[in-house]
Amino acid sequence: MSDVSNATTAPDGAPAISCKSVGKIWGMGTDRAVEALKDFSLDVGQNEFVVLLGPSGCGKSTLLYLIAGLEDLTAGAIEGHGVTVTGPDSDRSLIFQESSLYPWLSVVENVSFGLKLRGMAKGKRRKVAERLLVDVGLGGFESKRPDELSGGMRQRAAVARALAMEPSVLLMDEPFAALDVQTRTKLQDFLIQIWRDSGASVLFVTHHIDEAMALADRVVVFTARPGTIKSIVPIDLPRPRDPRDPELHALRDHLIDLLADEVDRAFAEQEQIADKDKIRA
Amino acid sequence: MSAPTVKARRKWLPGFATAAIWSIASVALFAGIWEFCWYMRWANPMLMPPPHMFLQDVLYVGKLFDKSTRLGNPSDIEIVLTILKTVGATTMRVIIGLIAGLVVSLAVGMAIRYSPLFGKLVMPVINLLAPVSPIGWLPVAMLIFGLGDAPAIFLVYIALFFIMTLATLSLIDRLPSSYVQSARIMGASRLQIFVLVILPAILPGLFVVLRINLFAALMIVLIAESVGVGGGLGLVVIIARNTFDAQLAFFTMFIIGAVGFVLDIALRQIQRRVLYWQA
Repeated sequence: MSDVSNATTAPDGAPAISCKSVGKIWGMGTDRAVEALKDFSLDVGQNEFVVLLGPSGCGKSTLLYLIAGLEDLTAGAIEGHGVTVTGPDSDRSLIFQESSLYPWLSVVENVSFGLKLRGMAKGKRRKVAERLLVDVGLGGFESKRPDELSGGMRQRAAVARALAMEPSVLLMDEPFAALDVQTRTKLQDFLIQIWRDSGASVLFVTHHIDEAMALADRVVVFTARPGTIKSIVPIDLPRPRDPRDPELHALRDHLIDLLADEVDRAFAEQEQIADKDKIRA
Repeated sequence: MSAPTVKARRKWLPGFATAAIWSIASVALFAGIWEFCWYMRWANPMLMPPPHMFLQDVLYVGKLFDKSTRLGNPSDIEIVLTILKTVGATTMRVIIGLIAGLVVSLAVGMAIRYSPLFGKLVMPVINLLAPVSPIGWLPVAMLIFGLGDAPAIFLVYIALFFIMTLATLSLIDRLPSSYVQSARIMGASRLQIFVLVILPAILPGLFVVLRINLFAALMIVLIAESVGVGGGLGLVVIIARNTFDAQLAFFTMFIIGAVGFVLDIALRQIQRRVLYWQA
């Protein structure tokens, strides 16, 4: 099942991602410094599906960018397969909320873009990309441009582009947030399939409780800013999960309770900031 | 219930035909009012000759286009060639100036964002020189390049360079950050990001800026030509002024308008066919 070459080079037993007391302060040293993350520690196992759930602005996306190596952390350390993360790496692919496909390239050129950077020959990388597009259900759309695809199809293509790099970790930043409910449910099923076939670990950010429950092995509930772990809720149910399952009902209530406090806190803080701005003005 | 009827009627004619019909109607209305004023003797034909007058005598006005034909006794073909040569000279100056402006400002703008050191060294000078009108550059252009095509092209280039360099910077800064970030994750080097991602991403937007500045480029070429860098439609305008030849003046204005119109259509076609994507 696992054809992820990168994983084999890792020290035995090292988690796919290991966050050790990670902290991030935006604009550190300025009077507008914001502490986004504080003392965040989490291990993500190989081929584990972890969902990061929390109110808006709690730092869950920040964490994803830190793990991707796109931003520098201000405290702690992050390791991928036991190796400290110092910058972006195609082994940890990030999928964005809005598709980041390049509109000047066809779908197949988008998917093979990373392979082109690696210097793979044109015919070979086209073959790889075409196969991946079939895998994500976009066979026959190779020569379309991204703006000719629907939102859901664009995200499938973005997943195919990530998979082309054969990453051992997929980081997903609310990838389905811009989609309608029906498409979203479809893509969740699709993602589960992809996750199983690829053998990669997934870190998935959302603020939708139902989405978290449909996908996760473990749900990591964030506190309001500065974000840290409030609770980790394991979900040991077979997929696909039926949202009408009574076991999920209890779980949903539990997650709603956990989140409610934090949403209230996040709102209170935002109002405080707004009041401060009013006083300043 | 009238909506379907409208749709059905639109299918009769392709879009460009409808647009063409409206263009013709618009021009015809304008020319018609002018002709009517002449017919009613409200407009003096010596000062405001109506379109049918200044357009009919191409050979007369064409003869005035250039020294060689003005003084001699040229054949009809020579006169027509003279007109085409003059129009061609002005058009080439605009086109070369546009290309130079696009290429250099794109290169400088990207270099500024590529190398912060270069940016810090260059930006203050660009900000200082940007407000200087191209007219201010005119003496400089003639001092450096003398007469002929070079100073006219240089002025078009200058008219575009500052605007388009600043536009390049703003376009780069407003790109979705995910474009660059996903390229970084896929292992792109800084140079690869600039060439393979940022350049194609900003080209359509920059081309729109180029199109907006086409008419400014045309104006500046005419000004350069009218102060005597040599030849071109701008020189004909000045000849018309100096000889109080209204027929020549309006004929030249018509030609200038037509050149601008055709160039705009050409740029639009390039935009639609080559740079079809939105940044």
